Amino acid sequence: MPTLPSDFVDGVRDAAPLHLGIVPFGLVAGVAAVEQGLSIFHAIGFSTVVFAGASQLAMIELLGSDAPLAIVVGTAVVVNLRMLMYSASIAPYFRDFAARSKTIASYLLTDQAFALSLARYNRETGTDRFAYYVGVAFSLWAVWQVATVAGAVLGTGLPPEWGLGFAAPLVFLALLVPALKDRASAASGVVGGTVAVAVVAAGIPFHLDIIVAAIAGVAAGLTVESFGGDA
Amino acid sequence: MATSYDPLTVWGVIVVAGVLTFGIRASFIYLFGHIDTVPPRVKSALEYVPAAVFAALVFPAVVAPAGDVALSLGNERLVAGVLAALAAWYTERVFVTIAVGMGALWFLRFVV
Repeated sequence: MPTLPSDFVDGVRDAAPLHLGIVPFGLVAGVAAVEQGLSIFHAIGFSTVVFAGASQLAMIELLGSDAPLAIVVGTAVVVNLRMLMYSASIAPYFRDFAARSKTIASYLLTDQAFALSLARYNRETGTDRFAYYVGVAFSLWAVWQVATVAGAVLGTGLPPEWGLGFAAPLVFLALLVPALKDRASAASGVVGGTVAVAVVAAGIPFHLDIIVAAIAGVAAGLTVESFGGDA
Repeated sequence: MATSYDPLTVWGVIVVAGVLTFGIRASFIYLFGHIDTVPPRVKSALEYVPAAVFAALVFPAVVAPAGDVALSLGNERLVAGVLAALAAWYTERVFVTIAVGMGALWFLRFVV
């Protein structure tokens, strides 16, 4: 029997604590899809084709309230823009990969795969980079798919008065809190959140709230940073 | 709360968003050697995207769940959201945050 490369196994093992962490998030991605009138196949489609939880949830919510399609897609791009940073930071380590490996690595790139792999590459320079990365990233991918399907199946049977739609903003809350790491990012969060509420309350159409709030929040973060507020 | 879009349109959204998201992920991995670094201004701006975007996804759902700002104890989502925020702050765990938030919502809805 062929054995798996040990760096692949290391990657799976290092990702194990995170597997449990993404299960509730994946369940919510499945539940939210059926709550908003999408099918279980759509839920699977979002999780396999897009494979980016926060943007999946945002798109599902916007589709549920019949937002214009350009806003649905535009919001997803804004939510996923942070991955440009991960792509840029990890690119030097992937430069010798074959084109096919680069494609696979790109598709599987997530916050967690990025963070774990970069830490390992800096700690152990002799690592088989692709094997380790795929160990982390593909195991996360597999858990994500199973959790989404389970969520979509569960969600179909749950009564609406349970208000499960509220689980989506709770997931965003769990992502928001660690993102508020200094004064500048706290400012971008407060301004982004407040502007989003103002846009919604003012009845501005087309669900522009997230895109407008992102621009305002980033401007606020940059302003505070330029005043030296990074303490 | 259910979408009026037909299933095929939803598939179109999935494919377009998937291609664009792949493009974001692949960008520098493919362009390395041509463009090696993100300009510092762009890098700073990107660092603030998660805080701004996640806050924009949370605040309206908690502060104005029905479209109007409702800052009172009668807004069950506001109360549940504040408790869940405390849970997120102290535990930094998605599961605990969801459990506290949903638990508080159900308590206010079915028990109080």
